[in-house]
Amino acid sequence: MSERVDVKQNFTPVEVSQLLTKVKNLKSDGYRFAQACATVVDDKIEIIYSFDKAHQLTNLRLVISPEEEVESITGDYWPAFIYENEMHDLFGVKFIHMALDYQGNFFKVSEPTPWSPKK
Amino acid sequence: MAKRTIIPFGPQHPVLPEPVHLDLVIEDETVVEAIPSIGFIHRGLEKLVEKRDYTQMVYVIERICGICSFGHGWGAAASIEGAMNVKVPERAEYLRTILHELSRLHSHLLWLGLLADAFGFESLFNHCWRVRETILDILEKTTGGRVIFSICKVGGLNKDIDNDTLKEIVETLKELKPQIKELTDVFLEDDSVKNRMVGVGVLTKADAEALCAVGPVARGSGVFQDMRMTNSHGVYDKLDFEPVIETAGDCYARCKVRIGEVFQSIELITKAVGQIPDGPVSVAVKGNVEGEYITRMEQPRGEAFYYAKGANSKFLQRMRVRTPTNMNIPALVKTLEGCDLADVPILILTIDPCISCTER
Repeated sequence: MSERVDVKQNFTPVEVSQLLTKVKNLKSDGYRFAQACATVVDDKIEIIYSFDKAHQLTNLRLVISPEEEVESITGDYWPAFIYENEMHDLFGVKFIHMALDYQGNFFKVSEPTPWSPKK
Repeated sequence: MAKRTIIPFGPQHPVLPEPVHLDLVIEDETVVEAIPSIGFIHRGLEKLVEKRDYTQMVYVIERICGICSFGHGWGAAASIEGAMNVKVPERAEYLRTILHELSRLHSHLLWLGLLADAFGFESLFNHCWRVRETILDILEKTTGGRVIFSICKVGGLNKDIDNDTLKEIVETLKELKPQIKELTDVFLEDDSVKNRMVGVGVLTKADAEALCAVGPVARGSGVFQDMRMTNSHGVYDKLDFEPVIETAGDCYARCKVRIGEVFQSIELITKAVGQIPDGPVSVAVKGNVEGEYITRMEQPRGEAFYYAKGANSKFLQRMRVRTPTNMNIPALVKTLEGCDLADVPILILTIDPCISCTER
């Protein structure tokens, strides 16, 4: 019988300038991209990137101001386009160099960036 | 060179019970590119954390989907329990596992029916859904609901299911098993069905990994991935659980994985009922949520992700749900490239898309 995985909770802080390097390292270590999500914390936006390897989860925590630009990780993990477009459309996070950019048309929202901390 | 044409597929289409849109770029009858669009019915349920306290959010999250509703409620409750360091009684964990596997059973039977409907096998569709009704009857009898159960709460379950009823469930499933076998044999052995699925929409193991596929889509391509292998939810470690894996990566393999999981769910429920201890089904939970916690569940469509974050208030700061269909859209786009236009409906169905989940 295969061994059970005892999943640990870990959140590693990462700076905007380090993000791509960290993501590339995870990619070369064989991690699968699992999700990315944004949370409004006071007037900042906190982005959690989650990666899975052999059922164990690793999370990167990036804290940005609403105006700050974030390098897209779609160059390494193409499926991340879904999450980056979602964060762009709902929270107003500005991603640059996205492999697939819906230009704000991924979600059909009645008002732009409804979950932005500026609202 | 063949002329390129763009065919808009959806958001309203006979094969799609829910709205999703694909721009299919075709040359003759071959799809060369597919561009997905979602977001037609996005409900913003996660935003309700501002107006519903953490105990109410479990019921909000459960309402994301009418098929895997129990798993959503459980995932939300488990992430809050994790953040609050709440230990759920063992009987409740057994019952949650049983209800979750019953949900998987009815979800896969629903999917088999939809698949049969997509290739025009109406009688097979009818029989799959007839058998599924028995599972829904069990859920109604034990939880009071056929679609939304509202039995899961932070700290356990709202009510117990007595041992005699659990034995009745096992007996019912035992009687159902040969009927399901008769139906699934048609999917696996009938030539007209195999013609539509064998070798169609192949997703290699390398592509499944690169495209971060989850659930039966990944397992149908030989990827060893199933969140029931973790200790994050349920009592699967006590039930000798092993994932169902196929390696061909085509529509037939994905179908075979789900059929394998139908019978596996029956076995898991039978084992769980045989082992379930007596005792309470909930613990009292007091206080506010402070901190964060991630729970991953293996929903019928694959890995689902629940992230709860609180700042010592009865309202959460964030309740994030990432559903399996979100993760399988890139794999769908990849498998559509190079397929015949006539196979597009079957290919869409074999990722078992749930737009209700995606548009949470």
